[in-house]
Amino acid sequence: MDTLTENLELFTTGFKNTGILFIVSAFFALILGTVVAAMRVSPVPAMRGAGTLYVNTVRNMPLTVILAFFALGYPKLGLVPVNFITAAIIGLSLYTATYVAEAIRSGINTVPVGQAEAARAIGLPFMQSLTLVILPQAFRSVIPPLFNVFIALLKNTTVAAGFSVLEAGAIRANLSERGFPALTGLLWVALIFVILVIGVLSPLQRYFENKWRVAR
Amino acid sequence: MTSILFDAPGPRARSRNVVLSVVTALVVLAIIGFIILRFTESGQFTAAKWKIFTFPLVQQTIVSSIGVTLQAFAAAAVGSLLFGVILAFGRLSDHRWISLPCYWVTELLRAVPVLIMMMILYYGLPPLGVHGITPFTAVVVALIAYNGSVLAEVFRAGIESLPKGQKEAGFAIGLSKGKVQRLILLPQAVRAMLPVIIAQLVVILKDTALGFIITFNEILFQANYFGTQAQYGSPVLPALMVAGATYIVLCLLLSGIAKWLEWRLRRGPKSLKTATPINLDMGAGAGLSAGS
Amino acid sequence: MKAFFAKKRLGAAAVIAAAALALSACGGGSGDAGASGSGADAGSGPSFAVAKDVSLTGSPTFDKIKSSGTVRVGVKQDQPGLGFKDAATGEYTGFDIEIAEWVAASLGVAKDKIEFKPIPSASRESAITNGDIDYYVGTYSITDKRKQLIDFAGPYFVTGQGLLVKKDNTTIKSEKDLAGKNVCSATGSTPIQNIKANFPDTKTTEFDTYSKCIEALRGGQVDAVTTDQAILIGYAAQEPDTFKVVGEPFTTEKYGVGLPKGDTALRTFINKMFTDGSDTWTKIYNDTLGKSGTKVEQPKVDQY
Repeated sequence: MDTLTENLELFTTGFKNTGILFIVSAFFALILGTVVAAMRVSPVPAMRGAGTLYVNTVRNMPLTVILAFFALGYPKLGLVPVNFITAAIIGLSLYTATYVAEAIRSGINTVPVGQAEAARAIGLPFMQSLTLVILPQAFRSVIPPLFNVFIALLKNTTVAAGFSVLEAGAIRANLSERGFPALTGLLWVALIFVILVIGVLSPLQRYFENKWRVAR
Repeated sequence: MTSILFDAPGPRARSRNVVLSVVTALVVLAIIGFIILRFTESGQFTAAKWKIFTFPLVQQTIVSSIGVTLQAFAAAAVGSLLFGVILAFGRLSDHRWISLPCYWVTELLRAVPVLIMMMILYYGLPPLGVHGITPFTAVVVALIAYNGSVLAEVFRAGIESLPKGQKEAGFAIGLSKGKVQRLILLPQAVRAMLPVIIAQLVVILKDTALGFIITFNEILFQANYFGTQAQYGSPVLPALMVAGATYIVLCLLLSGIAKWLEWRLRRGPKSLKTATPINLDMGAGAGLSAGS
Repeated sequence: MKAFFAKKRLGAAAVIAAAALALSACGGGSGDAGASGSGADAGSGPSFAVAKDVSLTGSPTFDKIKSSGTVRVGVKQDQPGLGFKDAATGEYTGFDIEIAEWVAASLGVAKDKIEFKPIPSASRESAITNGDIDYYVGTYSITDKRKQLIDFAGPYFVTGQGLLVKKDNTTIKSEKDLAGKNVCSATGSTPIQNIKANFPDTKTTEFDTYSKCIEALRGGQVDAVTTDQAILIGYAAQEPDTFKVVGEPFTTEKYGVGLPKGDTALRTFINKMFTDGSDTWTKIYNDTLGKSGTKVEQPKVDQY
């Protein structure tokens, strides 16, 4: 308990940054992921190709490599300088977006064929049948996998600790510097993640799942 | 599947699609071109930045670091599959004193970031007097704990998605419960869940790269070391390019082998039609496999 | 597999070392600085008389070394002048490396039986308590907190926290100019702790190795790198046109040899070696760090 109470500011700063990384990255990943999913089902072959290229490249690379690129490699290019937390957000967003895209794409595939046919029958073009008919339904059935993606994102934020972002994953190193036992600190961190995932995100997932369940 | 979203394009749509295709291609090319231009202008493609990779020892080190990554992957993959099967059967047990702990273990292990588990093993345990934990064991054990619990859910969902008749038929011919699970349910569940299992194996391969944070001597760790060799011009980006390309090749190889395996299994005479649709509740692969 | 590579490496290393020297002769700039450091030490470093029939009772570490015939030493691989591994030749050079070889020799282990393991700052205690290595020689400051987990022989070197900035930097002249600046150091190191505790207006950036900090400094992501001045001098010497060391050391750091906790016999043995071997120490110093022209006295060991 001492480890937690005597370093409370370390834990609060750490998890505050974890929260920032999580919320901002989730926001951008959701937008980018939806766009990429739409591209991957669009009638334009080049768009499908671009979407597939992006997803296949990024998904086959470890998050650590992507974060290393933005934190360590990007500054070498002499472009606009970014701080480490921004670099982590860019990396996390780009990485998570591919999973969002795949979740949404599989959601689109679960929407009954009749819906798309009906949309086309009343003369809606692709963009409108996608945004007005398919995606709203797809989002509903996509809620459970999407939440899984975001739970994974929350846990993935810890990787940023390797790239100079003081978040939950970096608490251990700071505790060791202060002479506190690593194990106790790490168990507290693990416990907080358990509470966040099992206590907050999973119930939220079930709530939305029930609320927006597709009646079929 | 996608074609149901739009009509077969008419003449106007076709010309519009061509225009959009060209625009997209231009945008993509512009992005790639800009990246290449920036890389070139900042001297990333100069011979000096790549000179370090011409030394035999450096090449050997890269090869052996790939070996280290693959070793960790193989150990973690086998371990995760076994652990996953055990946990899945545990959760499906009729005895609450078995199923309940298994449920909690699965939930807990899935809620803790893998990196934190690695740190607990590598930094947390030694001061308590636990010896012999190398970065390799920490990486492998943490990966087994996390991916095993994810795979347990996959196996369970696979078994539960099977028609009830399978189980009943097994009992009807006099098989014991263990045999029904082992001989009838598991093989079908594995076949039904193969795409998800493969996706998870790719996750294991990628997550070995987390090990560099606890100083595990794998591909990324070496890339970082090469990247910071100032006497060879600090080739940070070239080293990361090599590491990234290596991972892409490894992951594609793994997916390729898995696809081939899947094709062989599906081709088998006993392949089930019911096995194809993946139950959406268990995440359609994307969510589960996003964990690292 | 490992043995295969190790064997091959030795043979290849000699060839490459020669090649590297030849290359560095025609390559200019930073290539020269690095190659001259590693090239000069590669062949001509002091070779130590390997002690024979060493007997040391009550040391589990020594028993392990004796039975396996090899010694595993944790070192740094990215600190020029102290502990540095050339990626192309695989050659380890520097003051700490020489100290490590000296210790091994006096324990009766020849140079070719030493297995160097590069271990970053943050994992040193874990590596020692885990038994991954037999001892650690790599800019390892003796502190009371670390003494709770491991033991130290020495100190064998005294330095202090300093600052490294870009050559053209005129705003940071000493530690008094750090307010509002972004300073980089290694996670789990003493200097970063000092900055956080005593320089509240200073932003910190942390990486697992100092070399990443150097890259961040080069890229302008941080304003200064702080750590022990001896380490910084090594970096500045490697690239004198890019970096410079400013100010005077503002702390005192004593480097020790990290040993498994409770191995008093080995600690006493190494301490005695340091005390008796002041000639060897001076030779090691002159061959490595002393090349910059600075003169330093060997510190007295602290037999706690």
